[in-house]
Amino acid sequence: MTDPQDSRPDPDALLRLLKRKQERDEEAKLKIFFGMCAGVGKTYAMLQSAHEEKRKGLDIAVGYVETHGRVETEALVQGLEIIPRRKIEYRGTSLEEMDLDAILARRPALVLVDELAHTNAPGSRHPKRYQDVAELLENGISVFTTLNVQHLESRADTVAQIAGAQVRETIPDSVFSLAHEIELIDLPPDELLRRLADGKVYAPERSERARQHFFRKGNLTALREMALRLTAERVDHQLREYMRGERIAGPWKSGQRLIVAISPSPHSATVIRWARRTSYTLGATWAAVYVESLQTLSAAARKQLADNIRLARELGADVITTADARVDRGLLRIARQENGTHILVGKSAQRTPFWRKSPFDRLIEDSGGMDIYIVAGEEEQQRAPLRLFRRFSSWQHYAVAAVVVSLIAALCFPIRNIVGYQTVSLLLLLTVTLLALRLSSGPILLAAALSAAVWDYFFIPPIFTMSVGLGVDTLMLASYFIIAIVTGVLSARSRTNESALHLREERATALFNLTRELSQANTVDGVVRAAVASLKRFFDADVVAFLSSADGDLTNTPHPESTFAVDEKEFAVAAWSYWNEKKAGRFTDTLPGARGVYYPLSGPRYSLGVIGVRLSGDGPLALDQETLLQNFLDQIASALERESLSDISAKAMVVAESERLYKTLFDSVSHEIRTPLAAIAGSAESIMNEDLAGDQEVRRQLARDILTATDRLNRLVGNLLDMTRLESGLIRPRLDWCDVRDLLNACVRKVNPDPSRHPVEIEMQGDLPLVRLDYGLIEQAITNILYNAVLYSPSGARISLQALVDRESLVISIADHGPGVPAGMEERIFEKFYRVPGTPAGGTGLGLSIVRGFVQAHKGTVTARNRREGGAEFTIRLPLETAPPSV
Amino acid sequence: MTDGQLILIIDDEPQIRRLLLLTLEGSGLKVTQASTGEEGTIRVRTDNPDLVILDLGLPDMDGIEVLKEIRRTSRLPVIILSVRSSESDIITALDLGADDYLTKPFRTGELLARVRACLRKQQAVEDQEPVSFGTLTIDLAARTVEKKGVPVKLTAIEYSLLALFVRNAGRVLTHKFILEAVWGMAYNEETQYTRVHVGHLRKKIEDDPANPTLIQTESGIGYRFTKL
Repeated sequence: MTDPQDSRPDPDALLRLLKRKQERDEEAKLKIFFGMCAGVGKTYAMLQSAHEEKRKGLDIAVGYVETHGRVETEALVQGLEIIPRRKIEYRGTSLEEMDLDAILARRPALVLVDELAHTNAPGSRHPKRYQDVAELLENGISVFTTLNVQHLESRADTVAQIAGAQVRETIPDSVFSLAHEIELIDLPPDELLRRLADGKVYAPERSERARQHFFRKGNLTALREMALRLTAERVDHQLREYMRGERIAGPWKSGQRLIVAISPSPHSATVIRWARRTSYTLGATWAAVYVESLQTLSAAARKQLADNIRLARELGADVITTADARVDRGLLRIARQENGTHILVGKSAQRTPFWRKSPFDRLIEDSGGMDIYIVAGEEEQQRAPLRLFRRFSSWQHYAVAAVVVSLIAALCFPIRNIVGYQTVSLLLLLTVTLLALRLSSGPILLAAALSAAVWDYFFIPPIFTMSVGLGVDTLMLASYFIIAIVTGVLSARSRTNESALHLREERATALFNLTRELSQANTVDGVVRAAVASLKRFFDADVVAFLSSADGDLTNTPHPESTFAVDEKEFAVAAWSYWNEKKAGRFTDTLPGARGVYYPLSGPRYSLGVIGVRLSGDGPLALDQETLLQNFLDQIASALERESLSDISAKAMVVAESERLYKTLFDSVSHEIRTPLAAIAGSAESIMNEDLAGDQEVRRQLARDILTATDRLNRLVGNLLDMTRLESGLIRPRLDWCDVRDLLNACVRKVNPDPSRHPVEIEMQGDLPLVRLDYGLIEQAITNILYNAVLYSPSGARISLQALVDRESLVISIADHGPGVPAGMEERIFEKFYRVPGTPAGGTGLGLSIVRGFVQAHKGTVTARNRREGGAEFTIRLPLETAPPSV
Repeated sequence: MTDGQLILIIDDEPQIRRLLLLTLEGSGLKVTQASTGEEGTIRVRTDNPDLVILDLGLPDMDGIEVLKEIRRTSRLPVIILSVRSSESDIITALDLGADDYLTKPFRTGELLARVRACLRKQQAVEDQEPVSFGTLTIDLAARTVEKKGVPVKLTAIEYSLLALFVRNAGRVLTHKFILEAVWGMAYNEETQYTRVHVGHLRKKIEDDPANPTLIQTESGIGYRFTKL
């Protein structure tokens, strides 16, 4: 009962799951025992269900169960196999954690894992237990687990409001959605409070503290309502899906798509959760969009942004990042691309100057048919303006603006009487405009204001006063001020756009260069070399590459092109990344203690290996860098796949070819040997037959049949022997002077065609010199062609043999009037065992390949073509190595 | 003229021996057999055959060795039986004094013709009568050659060649044999000499030099005078 919509949150995970599902007979199931808070009896219910399953014969093991010393619960653990926990030493204390590897090795059908939202001790493979569970599921092990409503990511802030305490241990809603079954363990608050009082939930002194804080009746009622509502929502959702008949994963049919803008503000998280709830209720898909506009983010902001993006992803959004100098424009562009129907943005605390339209106004104006939601953030967040609309420049820029303006003013002051004070205003204006080419709008505003003030005070008569004498000067000052601001801001803005373009162009160029290098590499090693070099160049990182071996395992020795050495522990991280097809290592959720970050190289069809990257900096890659890296890796993976596929197919082709040859040899030779043998045996037997043998004519005919059959066998054996000689490489032409006329005559005599049916005509250049060649080999070659010509020519058609010297070659051609060579087969007919389809029985497809072999042994060539007047023409060209001898 | 002469067959294949026996006896010759090289060399001495048919592939020893053994004591005609694609063996055997060769599979007609040629040669070696081959007449005593009654003018080498061929009519002659006989020992590698002069000779004595019938080329081995 996989719910397609709920699986939606992480399309990659879904695909992976689907892929793995196909590999397994039975998919692993996740059942969550869900409750409003601790003490409602989730663990108890889980253990009871486990016993039931065990009675049905299921292979069950306890991965991790926390009994909290509760007697009834402890009793239920009895009789179940417990996989020992792993002990982790951390800062002097010994912590016990679920032993993931032990469970994977044990491979029970079902494992019990309590407290899904648990945070693992540092040094574990995953920071969170739900990630362990995901790995168990991916490995085909079903899981029973327990979860309280307050641990769900999307409810965390609501719970925080109700209970007044921040919930630290949360799990993404997508995990909750992956559950095949959710069993709500409900207990009325009064009942729970009674159990708490009886000490059935916590030890007495803890119970008291809990009662005063979390376990207040009001809290419990609210939490219970939330748990019930969540379950009901899920059931309702499933029902709707079912009614709509959409039980397969696929594009959503509601046609609604919600686009939420995310930012590097903590406030953004609330907006994201809001979006998730709304999309769920609307039955709409949703995408989270981050518009990068060019200011540098502080380390804290970068981290917050990464967290927000992760949250969106975990909650099931498609995350899209784009770059645009204006956030509203970028957002709308993506919304249109994505067919968005609703746009959700967080309310900004930043005040927009009255003369400018706020980004919200522009968004509303330009959004056309889309609904715009503006969601309020939390109070504390309002003090910090959203990054989207904040312009900031470093104080140095302001200083530069002030100093430059002052300097120009100081330079102009002594010459004010020579050039006139109005000229000074133009010089200052020029200064502001030039500054705008380098500085952002803040410092430009300062420069404009400062220069206006300076001009007024030091230059407009009466000087050293701020008063303006003439009306013209007032007008001049005002227009000066406006021009300064407009030029400055405009050029600053165009520069912003320009650098956005520049940045994008840089990335595109980097990617283009990589693609080009990859496409030039024509071996697996070449691809790895290009990949390592470009990763090193663009990310200033050391790189290690592990490729998958032929049997699909990950090779544990780094590829020779790698630029940093790894130990066994690092390889284990790489291997995890490979098998789970997720990135792992430093700055990730899996094995963050590693030195490098490991990315799986998944091509369109195969897992090709792992690339480990050791960054030179201290922090993770910025979002845009990470995206670029991911693009790089995608390119590398597909290039690797291309190369390894061509390797594989080349090998497969060799194998297939030799198998084909073997089969052809077997088929054709056995057929070719058996047929004449059958003729010989049959004829001989008939001759022995008294009745037949009386007739002289019949006997003669039978004897002739035997002779024909032996000729055929003899030719076959000769061909096979020749082929064997060629194959073994033993052909060394014994060159000797030879009379070509003699050679051609001998060939004709050997084939011995009936002159009335196949007249052969020999045409020779008159002064043909003696030629050095291996008489036997060339005679065999010509004979084979001639034999074919006789075989395929209609009766009465002339066959002509021609010999002449052309430049440094002896050219012998054999032309017939047969059907010719099928178009496009002029080369193939020389291949071993190739026979033109539809040719009459008799022949192995060896003759012409022997011709080619013998001719090539003479460093000559043989070609076939169809003559315009009909029939085929074979041409043998043999190099004339030495001049004819003098006799 | 060949009736009653004794042929020794040295071959390890009973079927080939039977075939040879039937063929030879069928044309009036007597046959004695040996299935190994050793037995063969003994029979050469004890049975005193007029001709030996020797298979080169014997189980106990190389046919070449048997041939050498025979040639140590006699000029007895020997016809070699061999398989195709072992031209070098055939040439070796011919140069060691074998008189002719046959490749398996062979036609019985061909076999008989070779046998007869070898036996006849023994008798005709110093025949002083002019001999005719088609329209060609050669008088070895008078050193004249006539074609269709018209004298043919030959060079000294051409005449030597022709005389050699006529004296060995029907028999295969290796290049080396011809070179040694006509040009002398020092020239036995210069095969271009035979090629060129045989070419010239053909132009003078053949009816159709493009399709020679008197001097036949034996692929990779040498020449044979007159069609069998």
